[in-house]
Amino acid sequence: MSIPIIDSGQTPDVLGDGPAVSVQSGRARLVWRRFRRNKLAMVGLVGLVLLFVFAFTGGHLTHWSPAENDFVNTQSAPSSDHLFGTDDAGHDMFAQTVSGMQKSLIIGLLVAALSTGTAGILGTAAAYFGGWWDKAIVWFTDLFLVVPSLLMLIILSPYFQGTNWIILVPMIALFNWMITSRVVRGMTLTVREREFVRAARYMGVPSWTIIRRHILPNISSILIVDFTLNVGAAIITESFLSFLGFGIRTPDVSLGTVIDDGSNFASTDQWYLFAFPAAFLVLIILCVNFIGDGLRDALDPNSTGGSAR
Amino acid sequence: MGAFIVRRLLNYVVLVFIATSLAYLGAATAFHPKDQYLQKNPPTPAVVMYHELDERNGNPDKPVLERYVKWVDGVAHGDFGKTWQLDSVQKHFSISVWVTVRLVSVAAVLSAILGVLIGSFQAVRQYKLSDHSITFASYLIFAMPVFVLAPFLKLIAVQVNKAVGGDTPLLQYQGEIDPNATGFFGQLFSRADHLLLPTISLSLGLIAFYSRYQRGTMLDVMGSDFLRTARAKGLRKGRAILKHGVRTAVIPVMTLVTYSTITTFAGAIITERVFGWNGLGSWFTDATRHADVNSVAMITLFSAVLVLIAGMLSDVITAVLDPRVRL
Repeated sequence: MSIPIIDSGQTPDVLGDGPAVSVQSGRARLVWRRFRRNKLAMVGLVGLVLLFVFAFTGGHLTHWSPAENDFVNTQSAPSSDHLFGTDDAGHDMFAQTVSGMQKSLIIGLLVAALSTGTAGILGTAAAYFGGWWDKAIVWFTDLFLVVPSLLMLIILSPYFQGTNWIILVPMIALFNWMITSRVVRGMTLTVREREFVRAARYMGVPSWTIIRRHILPNISSILIVDFTLNVGAAIITESFLSFLGFGIRTPDVSLGTVIDDGSNFASTDQWYLFAFPAAFLVLIILCVNFIGDGLRDALDPNSTGGSAR
Repeated sequence: MGAFIVRRLLNYVVLVFIATSLAYLGAATAFHPKDQYLQKNPPTPAVVMYHELDERNGNPDKPVLERYVKWVDGVAHGDFGKTWQLDSVQKHFSISVWVTVRLVSVAAVLSAILGVLIGSFQAVRQYKLSDHSITFASYLIFAMPVFVLAPFLKLIAVQVNKAVGGDTPLLQYQGEIDPNATGFFGQLFSRADHLLLPTISLSLGLIAFYSRYQRGTMLDVMGSDFLRTARAKGLRKGRAILKHGVRTAVIPVMTLVTYSTITTFAGAIITERVFGWNGLGSWFTDATRHADVNSVAMITLFSAVLVLIAGMLSDVITAVLDPRVRL
């Protein structure tokens, strides 16, 4: 038996576009059209793509590797050999920045995927199943909100000392899902009372299928926006930990460790050792936030007038 | 209604207890104070080491749960244990907390006022050049975490000092006060001078955050009927906006302000480190480096309690400001 998929009032025909737009790809195309019109969002998108390309191919521009020391040129100014200069140990700051960006971007994406995914599952499950499920999940959410997350990450940092850096991903995600989960729960509470969900339930569709097919698509906008903004937040959290020396450690580098390294020179004449990695971090976060805000506007079903088309 | 508040408070207290316990158990299993003694050179005699470890309730030969029970018992009697320097945790806390209060207070008040004012100003002049430039500036500030902003401010200060010249640097960026400062006004000036950069580093982010929010709520209010009525009755524009607009729009923002203000007291870790203030944040990172479970648990308890207070207080403030809400 096939289940009728009723799209909840967000189908493009509501907007009076006429039947020319097919229902299947209508929403995605509409969102993309709205997104493309937003200049800042497009700047963010292009910028982020360029930053990604730079992070994963920039290493070829120099023959230095991030862990290598150039003992002849320590604390040198930017030159053709060392594009961003070298620190007091002779590390090539360009190689370090590029390698740090790679790690930070990967961690940002993975943490965002994990924490938004967890928040989506827990939030929908709490609201959809209700009863004790709801009580238990809400209580856990509250507990994690009371636990000071950054302090907890620092406390637990000895655990991931000396292990693979990838362990930072679940650790950061563990303290990052709560607020989204609350929002998702709130939205699910309204969606689950809608007719199409009730109809599916009475037809005997399994709960998780209903959640996947009917509830998640209707709250997808918040999840998409949240994922984007979480990428930035995760990069900041990871860099925060690494800056204090509790995150990624040598020989691995992330933007946080490179900025920490450079920040020792911020109050000296070699301030550029700090400025280059810091500028790249700021650029990444800026682009991610531009994209996130652009997506929020584009996905907003309540937008009216010219911006709705 | 009273029963509701009591039940909620009870629930919060349980949450705080569990959160602190998690922090204690996490730290007690993650930290290895004994290893730190073994790494010392010259080495500490074993007898002294075990004596000190016992005094810190950190002897790894005792099971974690036993240490935890002992700690809870101590806390119940107002004894939070010893720090890694074998000081009393309460004593260290009572010193550090005031350093943090002196560091954060000005920034907290300043950013709340400026944030609300700037946000309202933007909403009144929506889509004007000033609105766009402030929006862009706040985007830039959002993209600048404190660990970028604070060294950046230091960088600027050094360049300014160099440009101005003179014997004593104009902008100070290390510590709380110049020990050579004399006289009431000399000390006051020195304090203000040392406070300037950390305050900027703490408040810029908060101002951007509050003003974005205030701009949003204010825009909703700007088109409202009651504001038009106030104008129609002959109130001047500025006065109508201030008395009827800002006061209504500020209510939801105050929840945010309460939360952020109170939680900054718990965590100015980066600012304290970069500008060399020995408050709670630097104590926390130092304690982690020295495998000091008691101090870490104390600070976690403090910040969990702050979150709790923030939650209760923001409800009270909303009830006070908003005549439609009754507690």
